[in-house]
Amino acid sequence: MLLRTEKSIPSSEITPKEVYESFKMTRRRVLSGLGAVGAAAATAGLPQLALGETPLKFVTTNYSVPDRATTPESKAKSYNNFYEFGEQKDDPAKNAHTLKTNPWSVKIEGLVKTPLTLDLDKLASLRPMEQRVYRFRCVEAWSMVIPWDGYPLAELIKFANPLPSAKFVQFISLADSKTEELPSGIAWPYSEGLRMDEAMNPLTLLTFGSYGQTLANQQGAPIRVIIPWKYGFKSAKSIVKIRFVDKMPHTTWNDLNSEEYGFYSNVNPSVDHPRWSQAHERLLNTTGNSLFVKSVPTLPFNGYANEVASMYAGMDLKRFY
Amino acid sequence: MPTRAIPYLKGVLHLLCLLPLLYLLQQYRSGALASLADPTNYLTHFTGDWALWLLLADLAITPLRRLNSALAWLIRLRRMVGLWAFFYATLHLLIYVVLFSGYDLPTAWAGVQAGHLIEPWNQFKLIWPRMLDDVEKRSFIQVGLLAWVLLLALAITSPQRVMRAMGGKNWQRLHRAIYVAGIAAVIHYWWLVKAGVLAPWKVTAVLAVLLLARIVYSVMKRLKKPSAAKPSAKMA
Repeated sequence: MLLRTEKSIPSSEITPKEVYESFKMTRRRVLSGLGAVGAAAATAGLPQLALGETPLKFVTTNYSVPDRATTPESKAKSYNNFYEFGEQKDDPAKNAHTLKTNPWSVKIEGLVKTPLTLDLDKLASLRPMEQRVYRFRCVEAWSMVIPWDGYPLAELIKFANPLPSAKFVQFISLADSKTEELPSGIAWPYSEGLRMDEAMNPLTLLTFGSYGQTLANQQGAPIRVIIPWKYGFKSAKSIVKIRFVDKMPHTTWNDLNSEEYGFYSNVNPSVDHPRWSQAHERLLNTTGNSLFVKSVPTLPFNGYANEVASMYAGMDLKRFY
Repeated sequence: MPTRAIPYLKGVLHLLCLLPLLYLLQQYRSGALASLADPTNYLTHFTGDWALWLLLADLAITPLRRLNSALAWLIRLRRMVGLWAFFYATLHLLIYVVLFSGYDLPTAWAGVQAGHLIEPWNQFKLIWPRMLDDVEKRSFIQVGLLAWVLLLALAITSPQRVMRAMGGKNWQRLHRAIYVAGIAAVIHYWWLVKAGVLAPWKVTAVLAVLLLARIVYSVMKRLKKPSAAKPSAKMA
C-alpha cells in the first residue's frame, strides 16, 4: 500500500526556546548523573560494575501517545529482545549485567570529513535531552508505549559532518568475547542501518534513557537509536560505531532471513510477516491484575505516517518491506 | 515393580503431571502472571513446552522398557502420559484461540455477566477470519494443528473398549501416528522461532534419539531372526 500524506512541519520538530534554556541549566547535572557510576567506582578504586540506571535530566516535548497508556516501566525493562544476551524475552534482563557501559565511546567513521571518537559524556551533552513518548512496535506483533530520553540523531549527524557521498548510516553494536560464545546462528556484531533521510528525520532519536533514567543494560545501554515508525529490531542497541556509507549496509536480521526482515521494515499492517499477520498487535501496557492484553489494529508507519510517509512517496512498500 | 504398586504409582504420576497447571494457577493467584509484560506469550510457550516434553516422555517409555525386561511395567503408564501430553496440547490450542488470536475475553465475559449469552459467540465470529487466515497461510500453524488433531484421534481411541472394538492391529497402526505427532510438534517449534535461534535443538535431539532407538531395535531384531532361522541359506 502506498501512503502519501501531506507533510506538515510538526511543532515538535523545533526545539522550543525554553527547552534550550532549561537544557543549559541542567546540562551540568546531566553530566554528573551520567558520570556518577564511573566516578564512584574510580574513587573507590574498584572495578567498574554495571550499577543499574541513574536518573537523567530531560525536558518534555510534544511527543506523546494520548490514546494509549504508557507501558509500566517494570514490563518495558523485563521483556526485551537483545539476542547478544539470550534468545528468551527475559534473558537480557537476567544476563545483561555483564555489559560494561562505562567507559564507553562511539566511533564515527566512514564517509565523514574527520573520523571521530566521542565518549559518552560528550555525546550526552551535545544537545538537550528530550523525553518523547513513542509507540514501540516489535516485528513479533506486540507493542509497548515507552518514554525515551535523547535528542534527534540528526543533531549528531550534523555535528559529525558527513560527506555528500554518504547515502546511508550504519550502526554497529557492541560484540565482545561473551557475545561470540553464544550458541546461536547469528553473526555478531549486530549491524543495522538507515537511509540518510531516515536517519535525519526528526523522529529518529539518539537515545540515552527511558522513563527519565539512563537506559537499563537490557534495553541497549548506554546509547541506542529509536526509530518509532519501524519494527523494533531496526533500533540498534549499545552502539559502538556509526558509519557513513554510500551503499545500503548489511543488516543482521536481513542477513539471517531476508524474506522476513527487509532493510526498510517500516511498520505496515498490510504486509504480513511470512509467519504471522502484522494487521494487529498485542498492546503490552496493562497494569494491575489484568491478564488480558488488548489486541489493537496496527497503524501504518506505527501511527507516524504524517511525519514519515513522504520519504517513501512512489515506493512500492510491498516490495520494499 | 509389583503389580499392586502400579495404581499408587499412577496416582503419583497424575499429581506430577498436574503440577505445571497448579503452578500456573498459583502464578495467577499471586499476581505474578499479570506482572509479566506479555502473559499471552508466556502461557502459550509454557503449555506448548509441557505438551512437547510429555509427548517426548511418552515416546521414551517403549525404548526404556526394551532396555531391561524388569522395566516391562512402564508400558502401563504410557497411555496416561500420552493423555497428559494431549491435555497440555489442548490448553496450548485454547490459549491460541482465546488469547493469541485477539479474542476479546473481557468483553465476552462482561456480556455474559450482563445476560447476553450470545456475546462470547459474537466475539468469536470477530476473530474467526484471523484464525482461518492463520490456518490457510502459515505453515507453523498447520503443522502444529496437525500434531494436535493426531493427538486428539489417539486420545479418543485410547480407552480399552475402543482398542478392542478396533482390533489390536488397526489400533497399533493408528497409534503409530504418535511418531508423526512428535515430529510435527518439533517442526512446529522450529518454524515458529526466528532464523538463528537454536532453542529447539534440545527437544529435537531427544526426539532423534528416541526414534533412532526404535530403528536400531527393529534392525537388530531383523538381523537376529534370519541368521538364526536360515543359517545355510548363503551356502546354497
